Amino acid sequence: MSGYFSELITGSKSLLVGLGVTFKALISPVVTVQYPREKIDVTSAVRGHIDLVKDEATGTHRCMVCLSCMKVCPCQCITVQGEKREGVKGKVLTLFALDFTKCSLCGLCVESCKPKAIDFSNEYELAGFTRDEFVFDLLKRVKERA
Amino acid sequence: MVTKLEKIAGPKHRFLLNMGPQHPSTHGVLRIVLEMDGEYAMAIDPVLGYGHRMHEKMAEGRPYNGFYPNTGRMDYLGAILFSHGYVGLLERMSGAEVPERAEFIRVITAELNRISSHLVGIGAYVLDLGAFTPILYAFDDREMILDMLEAITGSRLTYCYFRVGGVTKDIDDTFIRRARAFIDRMRSRLPMYKDLVTDNLIFLKRTKGIGIIDRDMAARYGITGPVLRGSGISYDVRKSEPYSVYDRFDFDIPVGENGDSFDRYVVRMEEIAQSLRIIEQALDALPDGPVMVKPKKKLKLAAGGCNYTVEAARGSLSYYLVGDGSDTPYRLKIRVPSYSNLSPLPELCKGMLLSDLVTAMGSLDLVIPEIDR
Repeated sequence: MSGYFSELITGSKSLLVGLGVTFKALISPVVTVQYPREKIDVTSAVRGHIDLVKDEATGTHRCMVCLSCMKVCPCQCITVQGEKREGVKGKVLTLFALDFTKCSLCGLCVESCKPKAIDFSNEYELAGFTRDEFVFDLLKRVKERA
Repeated sequence: MVTKLEKIAGPKHRFLLNMGPQHPSTHGVLRIVLEMDGEYAMAIDPVLGYGHRMHEKMAEGRPYNGFYPNTGRMDYLGAILFSHGYVGLLERMSGAEVPERAEFIRVITAELNRISSHLVGIGAYVLDLGAFTPILYAFDDREMILDMLEAITGSRLTYCYFRVGGVTKDIDDTFIRRARAFIDRMRSRLPMYKDLVTDNLIFLKRTKGIGIIDRDMAARYGITGPVLRGSGISYDVRKSEPYSVYDRFDFDIPVGENGDSFDRYVVRMEEIAQSLRIIEQALDALPDGPVMVKPKKKLKLAAGGCNYTVEAARGSLSYYLVGDGSDTPYRLKIRVPSYSNLSPLPELCKGMLLSDLVTAMGSLDLVIPEIDR
């Protein structure tokens, strides 16, 4: 019987100590961010989906259609097409499509790219209603990025 | 008193109860079929495979480096630890050199990942027992780790950071400063967890003496990790066969006494403190130099098998690879800790109250996608 009462006392004490912890949290500064209305800046290291880099000097992308990203991708989510054109050395990029539904953001394509033509974007707010919304035409995106 | 049900079905009436696959306390997609006698579970049958994605088979169809993202998808709470095992295996087989700085960074990030995994494990465990508040405190601390690792690895959960020959990105002064700040903060938070959870009488009453795994049973089922150490067996791959640079750090292996749910919880709590010690020593001794030695050619491994074992957050994790001289593995076998930690469940929980079963299962800290993989 004495065990019952001593447990009652130590138990109540432990609950009060626990309540003390939560009370401290109640009066401490708020850490919650009301997400859609306020946002925390993401670091530039965030690996979003890949994007073609815009070369400042030439004003266009640096892809030379070597297809190394397409070959190294474990998910086969990159499609690159190029064609030979008169008077232009090497191939000209005609299509750079990323199927982001398959991408697992491993970054092997970015590492394999010799001219450093692709990089991660910082976009993390991606939501859509159809799969097609996540097939990105990166060539179009880099042209639009003026 | 004879109930109405017993009048109809007889005194030995038992019924089947499906727990999961979408039950919150099964942590993912584990389904357990229980044969219930009233509130007592008399027979337990875990049904696996709801999250099976054929990771081992996937490894056979792609070059060695194509499997990096898969490692993080098995145990999503301890992704870095799983990558560590895989790159360690490839390095052991190919004899690739790793810069010392990279090894230290691997240890630092892996231990941070272990802490974040344990914080989720503990928080979710207490949540299973009905206490909602502690998981929010645990996630508050974990958020700091995720922010730190995000700035280095670029992702918050399924990291793909380790490569054969090093890591993708060097850590900077900001990271070191934040890591030191985190160590101080976490050390001050540990007594708070003791006040909030460990000393709480309701928690003690619900966990002490529940789900006792004795040493013999633990050895019989091949249990590893905090569950094994909770049973009083001091086995940790980081100590018994040190990989990476773990042999240079001074840390203890916490062990429990009775092997009950409470001991397993306490072992995890103490492991957080030990991981903090390892991180602190690694930050102090961090050497300068490169973090990556790029392999010159595409990785091709000679025919033959090789094994590499690391201590993941839930126990010992082994990769066994059989190469056939090509650039893809012939077979990759992954021994995950959660699978053997789950296996004693039917014996452990026989005749248990349903609420105690949740306690015992939660204390095993299972990650189901890792079991199914």
